[in-house]
Amino acid sequence: MSFHPNDLARRARGASWMLVGLFLVLLGAFFRTQVLRNSEYALKSESNRLREVPLPAPRGIIYDRNDQIIAENVPGYSVSMLSPAGDSLRASLRRLSALIPLSSDQVESSVRRFRRAPTRPTVVLSDAPFDVISVLEEHRVEFPGLIIQSAPKRYYPDGEAVAAFVGYTGEITENELAQSEFSSYKAGQQIGKGGLEKQYEKQLRGQEGVRFVEVDARGRVVREAGARQDLRPLAAPALHTNIDLDLQRYVASLFGDSLQGGIIAMDPVSGGVLALHSAPSFDPNRFIGGIPAEYWRQLNTDPRRPLYNKVIQGRYPPASTFKLATAVLALNDKVATLDTHMPQACTGGYQFGNRYFRCWEKKGHGDVSLARALEVSCDTYFYQLGLKIGLTRLIAGGVRLGFDKRSGIDLPGEVIPIYPYGEDYYNKRYGARGWSSAVTLNLSIGQGENDQTVVNMARFYTALATDGLAARPEVVRNDDERSRTRVIQLSDRDLQGLRNAMKNVVSERGTAASARIADVVLAGKTGTAQNAHDVTRDHAWFVGFAPADDPKIVVSVMLEFGQHGYYAARVASKVIERFLKGPPGALVAGPPTALATPIAADSAR
Amino acid sequence: MMRRRVLTADLPLIGVALGLSLFGIAMVYSAGQTDVPTVAGRAWVSQIRWLVVALAAAFLVSRASVRLIEWLTWPAFLLTIGLLVITLLFGTGAGTAASVKGWLTIGGVRLGQPAELAKITVVLMLARILGERREPPRSILELWKPALIVLIPWVLIMAQPDLGTGIAFIGIFFAMLYWSGVPWPLLVLIASPAVSLLLAFNTTYWGAWFLLLIALVVRYRPYLVEGVGLMLANVAMGVVAPVLWERLAPYQRHRLLVFLDPSIDPRASGWHVIQSQVAIGSGGWLGKGWTEGTQKRLAFLPAQHTDFIYAVVGEELGFIGVTVTLALFLFLLLRVVRVAARANDGFSSLVAFGLASSWLVHILVNIGMTLNLMPITGIPLPFFSYGGSFLLASWLSIGILVRISSEGRGGRFGELAI
Repeated sequence: MSFHPNDLARRARGASWMLVGLFLVLLGAFFRTQVLRNSEYALKSESNRLREVPLPAPRGIIYDRNDQIIAENVPGYSVSMLSPAGDSLRASLRRLSALIPLSSDQVESSVRRFRRAPTRPTVVLSDAPFDVISVLEEHRVEFPGLIIQSAPKRYYPDGEAVAAFVGYTGEITENELAQSEFSSYKAGQQIGKGGLEKQYEKQLRGQEGVRFVEVDARGRVVREAGARQDLRPLAAPALHTNIDLDLQRYVASLFGDSLQGGIIAMDPVSGGVLALHSAPSFDPNRFIGGIPAEYWRQLNTDPRRPLYNKVIQGRYPPASTFKLATAVLALNDKVATLDTHMPQACTGGYQFGNRYFRCWEKKGHGDVSLARALEVSCDTYFYQLGLKIGLTRLIAGGVRLGFDKRSGIDLPGEVIPIYPYGEDYYNKRYGARGWSSAVTLNLSIGQGENDQTVVNMARFYTALATDGLAARPEVVRNDDERSRTRVIQLSDRDLQGLRNAMKNVVSERGTAASARIADVVLAGKTGTAQNAHDVTRDHAWFVGFAPADDPKIVVSVMLEFGQHGYYAARVASKVIERFLKGPPGALVAGPPTALATPIAADSAR
Repeated sequence: MMRRRVLTADLPLIGVALGLSLFGIAMVYSAGQTDVPTVAGRAWVSQIRWLVVALAAAFLVSRASVRLIEWLTWPAFLLTIGLLVITLLFGTGAGTAASVKGWLTIGGVRLGQPAELAKITVVLMLARILGERREPPRSILELWKPALIVLIPWVLIMAQPDLGTGIAFIGIFFAMLYWSGVPWPLLVLIASPAVSLLLAFNTTYWGAWFLLLIALVVRYRPYLVEGVGLMLANVAMGVVAPVLWERLAPYQRHRLLVFLDPSIDPRASGWHVIQSQVAIGSGGWLGKGWTEGTQKRLAFLPAQHTDFIYAVVGEELGFIGVTVTLALFLFLLLRVVRVAARANDGFSSLVAFGLASSWLVHILVNIGMTLNLMPITGIPLPFFSYGGSFLLASWLSIGILVRISSEGRGGRFGELAI
């Protein structure tokens, strides 16, 4: 009988043991999952429910040398969206576009952003105006993944006046995100796009904070706060520059909307950049949170090229401002002294082989010394001086003086000047027989294969203004390092002689007589550069410093289509006067020395 | 002459079942506590109503003699088959399993799932057939009757399709054969073609299994026809399986693959399993606290009040809660085995063991599923999962078991005069 109690009891024992065994296996499985692998699953559970909403850090404030604000942060709002999938994000944004202005391009770029970082809130508008925010707040419940938060927004109180060196910020582009250099960045973040903002991005960036919001399985925000302790963003430290904001504003106002060109003012000893302006300028504030297409088009189609920094990106023949370099090389190589005369007196030009090289002064300057030739900018003299130095030494000397290198200013995008690195340069460019020693003549008066930036000319003149050491231009204050290199190795007497000649340039007997400043002895050199693109509209140069005997400021000015060097000299002298004397009406220290010489008619160059 | 009959009620059995039911309702309530309201929100109220109904039904059943039940077995079995056919023809889906025709609906009112009833009637029917025998079946050919009794409803249920209940039937079948005294080598031989099917994808495993099978056949010495038939069946399964695999619908194949490795499909099919494991694993020793489970609250858990309710237990009550519930289930099953062992007759004993095996399969498959030890089949957890039919069926079983227990020998616990 199969159901005898003894049989049943035996089977019951078997069944009971099997049950106990099965339950122990189950319990073991739970022990493994819940106790042994608890931390792993606890982490997964946390990352399941928590989404990190980035809290943008305020960028470092940029100050001028007197702690006036150049760039600061003002409250702004950003709109982003948490979404479980690209398609649902697109659908939400489409619905959103019925409420706020949102183009289909913006929708698509948001979806692309989402794909890059699906668990991060996707930035939809990085800088939303207040009326958009109030509409969104009203409809918030309809968009469960919507995140509106205040995001510090960059603001430049002086706008156009500081655009040339401060640059601007913008959202990181998809191209930049693909580069390893920006691996620590995430889509939707702001990044310096130009000027100091770009150069000092690492310092200015700050450390992004994190707010944790709790989401459900569909990515809807369930709890906004208290899900976990927020990580506060860390503001970046301030950036202190050498800029003199008052001077900078003055410089910008001098250029206004009528002049175009570039100017840099430097401290000749420290290399600190006091002012840097490129005209016409642009308003960096309009770049923040996305450049309006209309404004962008306007900037790009403007023939005066506002986005092109004429101080560090523009290359122009240095023209007569380069004659100082030729003179330095001649003195250095003992080819001439300041009193040396040339074989041929100036009669308005110089015959070289079968070519006649004109001097700017058709009447001629007569028989002049080197010092006098500098004062009147006699081309004939410098043609002969150049030939005496010889092409090889002229090129090598120019390289020694740094005319083939960047000035090293701490701004992004500085171009390398054009200067021959040797005779091979001409061979390569024109073929071995395609050129003659005539290039020497052009080179020695700052024309020909010689295009310099405004900033590099300023750098060279800091050496002339001091004891032969050229200072690297520095926008940001750098107290630790004196970055000066000796480029000129002349006796004090020779240097003083050159400075005297430059003083005379800005005197009644020089080419920039109208640039004289009462009480201040100014030294410098004008230049009128032939414009390759338009022969009738030369570029005007002036590079100089003051006070001549103890220079406090070096100014390099280039006016595009400025026609005559003395126009540039006048701009420079106004800047120098403003810097040394302060605003009109301000008290001037020191005994007023009346130097009321009536302004003589300017002689060209 | 009036004779005062003394009946005993198996109080530990009733107690543990009641404890599990109340525990279950607490978990159904918790499952409804989500941040974004779901259908599970008010489920606990309905579950309490069902429990009241189920308790009343269990009491009524416990008043019926086992003989009456035995007498009613045939009509009940035929009724079940009829209902299953009607369900297959006119049934509707519900909730998450909308494509499955498991519900009997009249005039838009869902009456219940006949498959739940079938679990009991098949047990009763098998008990009748196997209990009639003086000797346990010794050969496969002798098993045609019980096999047919399981096969007919099994086919009807698999056609719905309801894989979970189908698996339960197979479990019941084998368990009851064991209890009726079928030698275990024969059970292995019966099961062998299915094992061959599973192992067919790996020649080495299948080869090893086949050698084992030959050894078993040599030792057990079944009829020659049976032995050859079995061998042929195993070879056929080994060959057929890959072909069968090819014929599976892609989603079915996908389900099986995801069972083997849920991470191949983290967002779709594997999602449930992964989220369930995360919920249980994040519970730790003590859990996140009743109603506090974040996985559940934020809707990461699928079907958190029905199929995956045990994941809520794991997440909110931790390993301690899991141990307690598993202990309760184990106690329930051991108690029912005890009832089966002490039953007065073969029918009662088989019924008791059959009901226990039905629960065991449900518990193993459902809880195993939450830990990815079993494929997702949509099988509920007895006394826990939200669902009226199943709760009612479970308590009807308790009613029958209490009766069997009180009619059996030595119901020493809690003698109750009625």
